[in-house]
Amino acid sequence: MMDALADIADALRDLRASYIGSDDTRTPKVTQMTDVKTQIDETVKANDVVLYMKGSKTMPQCGFSSRVAGVLNFMGVEFTDVDVLADPDVRQGIKDYSDWPTVPQLYVKGEFVGGCDIITEMTLSGELDTLFEDNGVTYDKDAADKIREANG
Amino acid sequence: MAMQAQEIEDLIRETFPDAQITITDLAGDGNHYAAEVIDAAFAGMNRVQQQRAVYAALKGKMDGPNGDLHALALTTKAPA
Repeated sequence: MMDALADIADALRDLRASYIGSDDTRTPKVTQMTDVKTQIDETVKANDVVLYMKGSKTMPQCGFSSRVAGVLNFMGVEFTDVDVLADPDVRQGIKDYSDWPTVPQLYVKGEFVGGCDIITEMTLSGELDTLFEDNGVTYDKDAADKIREANG
Repeated sequence: MAMQAQEIEDLIRETFPDAQITITDLAGDGNHYAAEVIDAAFAGMNRVQQQRAVYAALKGKMDGPNGDLHALALTTKAPA
């Protein structure tokens, strides 16, 4: 009985704390947005190839994300995948970061390369190969050629 | 929340009056379109810069999960 009362008291305290916490959202929100930008900036600079996508590279949740992840996987490119569906702040933050309204977004050495259409075009034209070579990113040239043969 | 192809073309046309614009409804659901925009203004811009300019012309129609337009496959280039 006493335990139950103590539990209820704890629950009430948590509830109150959460309300108090939500009273003043303005300052934390600003900090949070800055944090997201910093977090994105650090992620794209610390990893050679980063794909912001819906879902993960092994389980994409959108056809456009799936296509870009599929190309990178097929070309044997090592890349970091960030699932924007896991965090609404990142989902919005990545669009603000690149001034680009859609996901997926591919970054190489901290530079925004493009979304699904651009990556598709660059894959077929061979520009993506050049970009990887210029940035010292390892990829399978034969696999890239196979994609081009199949879509030529 | 669907959009007509003509609305998309009109929005792009406001920013690029002399462009050659082709809109294709990919899925027939008013939500998945392809747009090809060919305009002299694109000369000297890379693809990201070209497509940013087109997205800007669409004035937020693609913003977020509640945007009017879910998918627009863009092809942009300067006239050959």
